Amino acid sequence: MDFDIFIHILVAAIAAGTPFVYAALGELVTEKSGVLNLGVEGMMLVGAISGFIAMTKTGSLLVAVLCGMSAGALMACIFAVLTLTLMANQVASGLALTIFGVGLSAFLGLKYTSIALPGVKELHIPVLSDIPVIGQLLFSHDILIYSSFVLFAAVSWFLYKTKAGLILRGIGEAPKSAHALGYNVIKIRYLAVLFGGAMAGLGGAYLSVAYTPMWVEGMVAGRGWVSLALVVFATWRPARVMAGAYLFGGITIAQFHVQGFGIEIPSQLLSMLPYIATIVVLVLISRDQNTIRLNSPASLGITYHPDNQ
Amino acid sequence: MNTTPRLQLKGMTKIYPSVIANDSIDMTIAPGEIHAVLGENGAGKSTLMKAIYGVVKPDKGQILWNGEVVSIQNPAHARKLGIGMVFQHFSLFETLTVTENIALAMDDYKSLETLASRIKNVSEEYGLPLDPGRLVHSLSVGLRQRVEILRCLLQQPKLLIMDEPTSVLTPQAVRKMFETLRRLADEGCSILYISHKLDEIMELCHSATIIRGGRVTGYAIPANETASSLARMMIGKELPVCSHEKPKNLGSEYLGVSNLSKSSADQFGTNLKNISFSVHGGEILGIAGISGNGQQELLYALSGERPVEDNGAITICGDPVGHLNPDDRRNRGLGFVPEERLGRGAVPGMSLSDNAILTAHRHGMVKKGLLKFTKASDFAKKCIADFAVKCGSKDDPITSLSGGNIQKYITGREIQQAPKLLIVSQPTWGVDIGAANIIRQSMIDLRNNGSAVLVVSEELDELFEICDRLIVIAEGHVSPSVPVEETSKEEIGLWMSGMFPGGPAEAAVNESEQGQEYHVH
Repeated sequence: MDFDIFIHILVAAIAAGTPFVYAALGELVTEKSGVLNLGVEGMMLVGAISGFIAMTKTGSLLVAVLCGMSAGALMACIFAVLTLTLMANQVASGLALTIFGVGLSAFLGLKYTSIALPGVKELHIPVLSDIPVIGQLLFSHDILIYSSFVLFAAVSWFLYKTKAGLILRGIGEAPKSAHALGYNVIKIRYLAVLFGGAMAGLGGAYLSVAYTPMWVEGMVAGRGWVSLALVVFATWRPARVMAGAYLFGGITIAQFHVQGFGIEIPSQLLSMLPYIATIVVLVLISRDQNTIRLNSPASLGITYHPDNQ
Repeated sequence: MNTTPRLQLKGMTKIYPSVIANDSIDMTIAPGEIHAVLGENGAGKSTLMKAIYGVVKPDKGQILWNGEVVSIQNPAHARKLGIGMVFQHFSLFETLTVTENIALAMDDYKSLETLASRIKNVSEEYGLPLDPGRLVHSLSVGLRQRVEILRCLLQQPKLLIMDEPTSVLTPQAVRKMFETLRRLADEGCSILYISHKLDEIMELCHSATIIRGGRVTGYAIPANETASSLARMMIGKELPVCSHEKPKNLGSEYLGVSNLSKSSADQFGTNLKNISFSVHGGEILGIAGISGNGQQELLYALSGERPVEDNGAITICGDPVGHLNPDDRRNRGLGFVPEERLGRGAVPGMSLSDNAILTAHRHGMVKKGLLKFTKASDFAKKCIADFAVKCGSKDDPITSLSGGNIQKYITGREIQQAPKLLIVSQPTWGVDIGAANIIRQSMIDLRNNGSAVLVVSEELDELFEICDRLIVIAEGHVSPSVPVEETSKEEIGLWMSGMFPGGPAEAAVNESEQGQEYHVH
């Protein structure tokens, strides 16, 4: 395999990993506040079809992205009302949200299955894009990929450098203590859930508008579940989420090439590879019990009942 | 001198669906005054304090802060007014550092770095040294409380509320904390000190409000009162005492532990290091220690919930049982009352009668795999009557009982099976004085009938009241045993910090001395 193909795989891997970056970083913020939202797959699907419809109607990428994000946030809002206001079980509500999202997106997309979109142009950045190899790797992408880099930096900075991030982590660790210090646990969890939903919607919109610019029913194809797994196996740390997302994307692309070379391995086995490899690698780098305990939100998935006031 | 009270409460009332927690409570605290709020568990002390701190909204009543009526909306508002609170069950975040924990309670700080150096300065100024960079889960309980206190001190409070602060401290650490509190009071800070420990209140506080069943039953100057007069106001009758005569004659060894070492299942737990002790029939052995020093791990090993590798490290009535599960150990004469009443001691959703079957089934309640319900309900009825368990009937779910009554019931359930060896953890934790007395007396009676009793407790008063011999557990090591008459609370307190012959602190001192010698050379 020559070097060009290798670079090509890496470039494609970043694009393939981007939906995971959005959805998983969003879910990471949600889970850091102590809420487990299993509805990522459903939120991504609804985000995908909403973004797609907006793009066909307006032709504006910005409108499409905003629609995808709003749709995801709206879905998350349903979940938040159920689990945070009505204190329903988070696991059951999240599963229900996914099932709802699968059906809703299929219904909304009925009339859009035969339309193809032009896709999103790569953004040429003067000087940077012209650097050999690195320019190709990092600066030959469309704007949605660049903005996922920005999201990663912003989430890392927010969680570990700002007071608001400290409060969010505190609430995920010990909501009762946070309440005793005067923080509004429910309100902050609402915001975290909505952010997670918006990012899942954005990840979905990226799929239908930029990555494969068309609508196919169920096109998210399990990416929401993989994103959820990435957050856990990355022990709730943004950098490891990024690594996991690109690893998954990279192996997905690489196995296509392997199939293309006509090597005699059943394609079903190759299709399994990204899942197996990503889980093995992330489990190996995150197997230290101490880091798991330090980074996993202690109250994850547990319904918080504020004191009787 | 300023005569406006720092804080005045008028007719404070808080009603919960099932209980009136506070019934028109009046109270006045002057600047620089250390004021005790004395009452039993469930008397409504904590609810009142939470109302002052804005965690709970009172249904009726007025709070006057420096003479002005205020309505405290939330803890942030309370802090802004200058009210700080140290909680009974700490409100800390275990996976965050000391600095981050304190930052969460501060409204204004420039950066975590400047805050860390401020923490260092203030902590040293008050003689409470603390490393701001450490993660809270790695701190001992005493140090965690220091974090809570520092968190308040950094905001220069005008009123500090301390909710049962000494329940987790050694007598020496209590003394140290009293010094800090007195100094704060001298600087003009008022302190509300909540406790049910009479000696502490008489030593520390200038004045006291006594609460019983949500109502004020008296105001007092503790220095002018006696323990029994305060107790009368607190519980409405004389302080009950257990009758405790000397052990008659020691029986054979019912529990033997030799060279027991075990690593903890919890990564933040304590590993057991080479533990040896024994308990004989007709005696009560107490294990003192600050929580988190290996008590949990030791009890799991003794009960059989986590069997040990070396079968001979634990013997019951002479038989090695290290590999056996809890059921087999109970068949050999073990009775066990764990610290967590619901979940480990009893199944919350099940009735009193069904909960009796869980451990007493071996006493004729099962025949050919079928349950004998009459036997079980007779057993439950006898237990309810003998141990004065307050409940509707034997068929009520056990969760409908108060903590003290659950404790009486599950302790009674074990004692009624006449175990040769009874192991009890925190027998009176969160139990009111009356129930505590019944439980303590029942353990003494069991020992008088020739059984061996092992009690693990953090309350030194309790251990000194009922035990014949004491050992101390510190950082997974146990001390030599000492008869109660030959020791004092001070000595046991020192031992609790690891300073006993062969203990962890002594080893550390030896090491550092050697290090110094090495330096001199």
